[in-house]
Amino acid sequence: MLHIQKLSKKYKGADYFSVSNLDLEILKGEIFGVLGPNGAGKTTLISMLCSLIKPTSGTFTINNLDYTNNKKELKQLIGIVPQEYALYPSLTAYENLSYFGSMYGLQGKVLKERIHLYLEKMGLLEFANKKIEIFSGGMKRRINLIASILHQPKILFLDEPTVGVDVQSKNVIIDHLKQLNKEGTTIVYTSHHLNEAEHFCSRVAIIDNGKIILKGKPKELISSNEKAHNLEDVFIRYTGKELRDHV
Amino acid sequence: MYKLWASIHKEFLLLIRDLGGLTILFVMPLVLVITITLIQDSSFKSVQQTKIPILIVDNDKGMISENIFEGLRNQKLFEVIVKEKESEVEKLVFKGTYQLAIVIPKNLSKDLELKISRNVEGVLAGFGFEDDETSATKIEISTKEVRLYFDPALQPSFKTSIKSGIDKMISKIETESIYKAFQEQLSDDDSSFTFNSEKFITFNEITPKLKEDEVLPNSAQHNVPAWTLFAIFFIIVPLSINMVKEKSQGTFVRLRTNPVSYSIVLAGKTVVFLSVCLIQFFLMVLIGVYLFPVLELPTLSVSGKLFPAFIVALFSGLAAVGLGLLLGTVAKSQEQAAPFGATFVVVLAALGGVWVPVFMMPTIMQFTSSVSPMNWGLNAFYDVFLRSGGLLEILPDILLLFLFFLVTTLISIIYNTKKNAV
Repeated sequence: MLHIQKLSKKYKGADYFSVSNLDLEILKGEIFGVLGPNGAGKTTLISMLCSLIKPTSGTFTINNLDYTNNKKELKQLIGIVPQEYALYPSLTAYENLSYFGSMYGLQGKVLKERIHLYLEKMGLLEFANKKIEIFSGGMKRRINLIASILHQPKILFLDEPTVGVDVQSKNVIIDHLKQLNKEGTTIVYTSHHLNEAEHFCSRVAIIDNGKIILKGKPKELISSNEKAHNLEDVFIRYTGKELRDHV
Repeated sequence: MYKLWASIHKEFLLLIRDLGGLTILFVMPLVLVITITLIQDSSFKSVQQTKIPILIVDNDKGMISENIFEGLRNQKLFEVIVKEKESEVEKLVFKGTYQLAIVIPKNLSKDLELKISRNVEGVLAGFGFEDDETSATKIEISTKEVRLYFDPALQPSFKTSIKSGIDKMISKIETESIYKAFQEQLSDDDSSFTFNSEKFITFNEITPKLKEDEVLPNSAQHNVPAWTLFAIFFIIVPLSINMVKEKSQGTFVRLRTNPVSYSIVLAGKTVVFLSVCLIQFFLMVLIGVYLFPVLELPTLSVSGKLFPAFIVALFSGLAAVGLGLLLGTVAKSQEQAAPFGATFVVVLAALGGVWVPVFMMPTIMQFTSSVSPMNWGLNAFYDVFLRSGGLLEILPDILLLFLFFLVTTLISIIYNTKKNAV
């Protein structure tokens, strides 16, 4: 589904690579977790895969489509759930979804039905005509997710989709993502919630300093590491306990 | 096409949801045009109707000072207040209590009479009419100085017009005195022959005509187009803020991941903000036509001018929107967009000739003005409202405005493409 080859990114003025020579293969139907400490290169990697920033070198294909020559087609194939609420606060939930759905070419009855369907699934139907500015963090996160899946993407990128939300909202989001995955959507997800990733992802990669330092199924990674009881233990063992403050 | 429609709908919703902003967008230009026209019209009226108090110290107490008093009263422009001491009027004027004072020197009438008599006698003696021994030739006459005091805060243009008015009045008195002296010397009987001192040369201002109607320039014909244009260009502030907000909210990032081109996003904004400009234009015209007469201001004459004026507003709006799109594309924060946008519009208005006519500017500024879109818009509006121009006359200016829109929009698209190239 997603084939990454020697992908690198060095920002202008930076003296290090945020993503360095990264190779990765993500299979169709996987829920793949990209884990790593702050500044490891997770968001940079996702941003490159979503055509938001230009790689310094390397390439990738999605559904066998090379990113350099098939930008428009790729945009139709992917969905991205950004870390921040990328919504218009003064518009209602319905108006936001209607607008972003239209940008994917959805219109008329199909668009209305999809908005209705996802709002219902996310428990937000009764708030469809309320402005986003009065929504709680959890409600905004769910609308943020719906805005990215209305066009039913083949592959969905999520950058910290459950950050700052309560357990109830988090469960609804995770359950829905599992449902989407069952329906055939490949999911690539970054998170700092290692416990969540352990139970949610079929496979994970731990990246640090822009490189993959470990990858595999969560259970296998835990069992192959002595004294590791969970994914967090594995994570700490490979990334260390030091703070990662750099700019 | 559907994406464009959805973009227009979204922009429309964003605009109407900000009721405060929307009110400011429509009400402030109206307040501006009413205020400016009221001020300009009242200052014009004050020159015509309201009398300006003028202090006079009459040290002459003769025929000339009487004529000056009469002249000032006849002009119906001044309210004459007589004072005794020059030092007193100096203090009052320099403190700003009064705006101007005239001090008529001692013996002005007597000495002027003597001087004229001497000149007239000299002329007539040359023709053999008079004796060469007269009293006038023997006395030394010094130059007389009428002293003028002006409030230092008075605007130079007003000062100049007052000076020239008084100068004109004194010249007239001098001329009449010369005529009178000749008359006295040439005839014993005053009634037998009189010089006709009426003005031989008069002035008649010819104004442009629209069909058979004369187009009389007034403060409404000047102010409504000028301030409508100012309001139209102010659209760059809310438009650029709208775009910068999208960047800070993250919605712009989402749009970049969507299969939609930047030109569609800009087209949506163009349609909505251009509509705002046109609504502003119609509101300005409506108040010029219906509200101004109620406020005792001159009515804006739109007969036969509405369509060409609409065309000018349309293309001025496009130029303003193009500028707003460029600023919104380049600016990174509201702190950059808002102050720059507001200041830039004021600079453009100044360059465009909204405050000072372009022909009065220094050469370098005249050149700068000639490449200012607000100057093109103002010229086109003046062609329509004051010069009775039609579509043909405004064509060069509207073409320039349209070109400006195309260039600024193209730069925005290229800048965005380069900046976000993947």
